Amino acid sequence: MSSVCKSLGALLSIWAVLASAPIAQSPLRVCADPNNMPFSNEGGDGFENSIARLVARDLRRPLEYFWLPQRRGFIRNSLNARRCDVVIGVPAQYGLLQPTKSYYRSTYVFVSRRDHRLRIDSFDAPSLKSLTIGIQIVGDDYNNPPAAQEFASRHIVQNIRGFTIYGDYSRPEPQRDIVDAVADGRVDVAVVWGPLAGYYAQREATPLDVRPVAAVAGKSGRRFVFDMAMGVRPDDTALRAALDGVIARRGDDMRSILRAYGVPLR
Amino acid sequence: MTIHRVLAGVALAVLCGIGTACGRQSDVRGGGRGPQHTSVPGAAPTIHLVSEVSAGEWRMPAGDYGNLRYSTLDTIKTTNVMNLHVVTTFSTGVARGHEGQPLVLGNTMYVVTPFPNNLIAVDLTKPGGAVRWIYEPHPDPRAVGIACCDVVNRGASFGDGKVVYSLLDATVVAVDAETGEEAWRTRVGDINKGETFTGAPIVVKDRVLVGNSGAELGVRGYVAALDLKTGKELWRAFNTGPDTDVKIGAGFHAFYAKDQGKDLGVTSWPSEQWKLGGSTVWGWISYDPETNLFFYGTGNPGVWNPDLRPGDNKWSSTVFARDADTGDARWAYQVTAHDSWDYDEIMENMLVDMDFGGRPRKLLVHPGRTGFVYVLDRETGELLSADTYQPTNWASGYDLKSGKALEDPAKQTHFGTVTQGVCPSSTGAKDVIPSAFSPRTGLLYIPAHNTCMDYEGIEANYIAGTPYLGADVKMYPGPGGYQGELVAWDVAHSRKAWGAREDKFPVYSGVLATGGDVVFYGTMDGWFKALDARTGTELWKFHVASGIVANPITYLGPDGKQYVAVYSGIGGWMGAVAFPEISADDPYAALGVVGAMKDIKKYTAPGSTVYVFGL
Repeated sequence: MSSVCKSLGALLSIWAVLASAPIAQSPLRVCADPNNMPFSNEGGDGFENSIARLVARDLRRPLEYFWLPQRRGFIRNSLNARRCDVVIGVPAQYGLLQPTKSYYRSTYVFVSRRDHRLRIDSFDAPSLKSLTIGIQIVGDDYNNPPAAQEFASRHIVQNIRGFTIYGDYSRPEPQRDIVDAVADGRVDVAVVWGPLAGYYAQREATPLDVRPVAAVAGKSGRRFVFDMAMGVRPDDTALRAALDGVIARRGDDMRSILRAYGVPLR
Repeated sequence: MTIHRVLAGVALAVLCGIGTACGRQSDVRGGGRGPQHTSVPGAAPTIHLVSEVSAGEWRMPAGDYGNLRYSTLDTIKTTNVMNLHVVTTFSTGVARGHEGQPLVLGNTMYVVTPFPNNLIAVDLTKPGGAVRWIYEPHPDPRAVGIACCDVVNRGASFGDGKVVYSLLDATVVAVDAETGEEAWRTRVGDINKGETFTGAPIVVKDRVLVGNSGAELGVRGYVAALDLKTGKELWRAFNTGPDTDVKIGAGFHAFYAKDQGKDLGVTSWPSEQWKLGGSTVWGWISYDPETNLFFYGTGNPGVWNPDLRPGDNKWSSTVFARDADTGDARWAYQVTAHDSWDYDEIMENMLVDMDFGGRPRKLLVHPGRTGFVYVLDRETGELLSADTYQPTNWASGYDLKSGKALEDPAKQTHFGTVTQGVCPSSTGAKDVIPSAFSPRTGLLYIPAHNTCMDYEGIEANYIAGTPYLGADVKMYPGPGGYQGELVAWDVAHSRKAWGAREDKFPVYSGVLATGGDVVFYGTMDGWFKALDARTGTELWKFHVASGIVANPITYLGPDGKQYVAVYSGIGGWMGAVAFPEISADDPYAALGVVGAMKDIKKYTAPGSTVYVFGL
């Protein structure tokens, strides 16, 4: 009880200071995960941190963060609780919030060791029936990576290895394990969201092959390419318009940042 | 009255053998426990109990090891319950979902709050909920973001002078019942891997038995035993994986061929998926002192997409019988193989000896999330009957020869396809909220839901920066249009005796049955009700401040009078929709239940009150 009250009190006092401070512009308050490389972390090392700095500079607003792990209730307890005003990277079709214009498009990728010469870019590759395959899964939470259904519909299930998307949150790079598993041979190939795969592939001593998932024929709605946008509250049209302006002016700079982090862009 | 006092003494004599703080009633001594059976006044002659039921105090989550939630107290009865009135109310200070129930030991009531899981000791000798002390454990606040469905706690147990309970951050604490000092604190699970603890531990002899929660995040379920004196972990029995992990050995004898074989916790899964296989233990644990076995049910399997885990996915959705000293499995019965509906089977397993099918049997009665009441022989794990107590269409029944459900393939879910009209919905025909059983009426009182669902993919969602595909699960009232029902189930004849319908919301409160032939339960819109245990006639109701998702208890106060207590604080999986920050427009909020619960904000708001009623 009391600790909750204390932190709430601290939060309120920060508010009070900010409200009375003689700053021309109100801060850009970003909702972000404090331990989720390569997207964001508390040290500001992620590409979403870099993009947030760029946006804040462009709008001449001081940058502030509200930190919360991106799990169930993240939008509800951060953005919708008005503790912050923008999420830097969400799917543009994500219905829970109002998206800006998309500022990049990335893709799920196949990751394998370059020295294995697998060169897989399709779920129909015959070798997938015998290789050990890694995918990130969630649990029994009504969510799946798009690759899960592709494998299941091809009856490729016995050779799947699941990695929790949450990973071990006590460590600094919770989501890295699936790419490490490719490098150290625990799995032959993994299907991973491009920004994650591209970033960590650059950091492995073993050269890795990162190959976008080729368009999947037939079957409704299975998508591997996602337009990514920033997200604001449904009623916050002013901020959305401001962010759309930044994306129009500085979109190329944003994509330069993404490329520097190894994010595959489509 | 005297006979009940004597019985209370019996209960205390047994319990005092292991405890120290025996309260005001310890001067009352009764005779020894019967050689095999325990009975209560007015019980049907063919019905016997496996352990003493509550008769003055309330020392463990269900009041007794058999999980009957029955008290012999009979001062409050069908002829005077209409005079019941509020004696005391007090606030717990935490306006989140109040599942669970208080303990009453001697002259003190012990209340565990939702996160931050404070323990409040209230002096019953003084008016007005006088606080003796508050123990504040300050669990890791990161656990709040991990817990799936509100930040509930399902209560404490008592033993060796200590109140023992779980914290949301996967820790178990023991607190001196007199002083409120922490006796020990053991980190059992790891929130960094997605584990949280919401279930109530039980104390068996010198051990604490406790299970984990968090299958939504891909953890692996288990029960663990801790030393009651020190908190040290003694053993851990997993519910997935190789037999050595599951503690399946030479003493394991599953009744049905489907549950027999080596390492089924590995071989009934593709590859290594058992490592993220869910099957957690966030419900209730019961115990049979005669056979020294404890019983619990496991949650549904991970991952969510059933197409990705062909096989039975053992030991998900399973009832386990284990030795209370060693944790070794004696038998297991998988209720649903390869679950594709989110039917956890962590429900209460109620233990009673009674005539069934023409002869005396040692029964385990499990009102399932699936819509079926399962009656098993608790010595062997044989399924004696399985009959529906709410509209159910995923299966037409059970084959008692093979122990298998007769499933309708059209009602199985597949990611990327639409499956309509599955009954019950993912919340089940009941959830973790527990039933009661009266040995006087032979009736089981089930807090039931009547919801069905449409299930389909696919919408973009995102988690930890990564786009995902989410299933859209829509829940709505089932056939008949009502949402909830208190079902009185005639166990001996496997049929419904009567039902009291709740039109607006599922019955999401536990049930209490008493020697006064009164059944108590609450509704999500805040009515606390007393029904005639034999007929279902409503005898009394009172509107409390916030919806009830907790379990009523009854006890004798320091003045020797009978009281009834219950928490008022809407929340939990279904009740969380009442919270202001949960939008009825958010299809993912509260795991899809908003469709069934969208009106609840009109009827109730968050609360945090303990109500005590008396004559």
